[in-house]
Amino acid sequence: MARSIDWQVATVAGIRDETPSVRSFTLALPDWPGHRPGQHLDVRLTAEDGYSVERSYSIASEPERPAEVDITVERIPDGEVSPFLHEVVVVGDRLEVRGPIGGYFVWEAPLGGPLLLVAGGSGVVPLMSIVRHRARIGATIPTTLLFSSRGPEEIIYRDELAALASTGDGLTVAHTLTRRQPDGWTGYARRIDEPMLAEVLSPLGSATRAYACGPTALVETVANALVRLGLPPDRIRTERFGPTGT
Amino acid sequence: MDDELILDGNAAAGLLASIFRADVSGSEGRCAHCGTVSVMATLRVYTRGPGTVLRCPACGGVVIRVAEIAGRRVVDARGVAALRLDD
Repeated sequence: MARSIDWQVATVAGIRDETPSVRSFTLALPDWPGHRPGQHLDVRLTAEDGYSVERSYSIASEPERPAEVDITVERIPDGEVSPFLHEVVVVGDRLEVRGPIGGYFVWEAPLGGPLLLVAGGSGVVPLMSIVRHRARIGATIPTTLLFSSRGPEEIIYRDELAALASTGDGLTVAHTLTRRQPDGWTGYARRIDEPMLAEVLSPLGSATRAYACGPTALVETVANALVRLGLPPDRIRTERFGPTGT
Repeated sequence: MDDELILDGNAAAGLLASIFRADVSGSEGRCAHCGTVSVMATLRVYTRGPGTVLRCPACGGVVIRVAEIAGRRVVDARGVAALRLDD
């Protein structure tokens, strides 16, 4: 079994488009040691001239699938890696990966809840690993995912989240659409702010554990607001993503 | 620098793991400049210049710098006064 700090070769076993600019890759990793929800892996691309570039991608899948993981990658227009992953990589291709990595931005059942998961755009990816794991283990811990996207067609995992939220196991999904809303939209329609967080936090209570992931500005806004709303700082975990489309 | 390009210690966790041979992203480190104790995952990470620089979230001082010079990695950890590993 490979160590998580060693590079190993993954084979692309599946590709799925989530939105027009977001794509998921299933990676087969025979030596994968398993992961904890919220962790990430590093991907390294090496050109023929030896130039290499690395990026971290959160693992989207739950740990309950042996020897394979999903990553979900947003295509950044002038990015170095994501355009290659979107435009060049096909099933059967091999990628160098290292992981799983991360001991901080993780959730497992012993940590308890209630849980407030706040996502901005592709920041939803590590939180989706948590949501999927929670469903697999049959947890009923009250959990709310507050998810900011630019418009309805850009909501990553939209249908799967709707299905998970309708099973009655205590998961609530609240969307905010910051630029475009469909006719008859009754959800939030602005950037995440303190009043919105107060509303979603209220039914969960002051013992809530919060995880926020997305662009830096969103993560800082959320963390600062949650502290002002009374959550102890050590119950708030954050992960900042680089440039995203949101 | 554009704030959007400043990541946090989660992004450097793999690099740090290759140096410390353990995942230290959840470990607490004390900044040598200001004394603040922070979880390594909350350090500000700058990767778009030469090498990787991790800065204290409280005072902005450089905590760890990793550069690659002539095919070797050079680690400057003068900014870490103490690192508590969860063995």
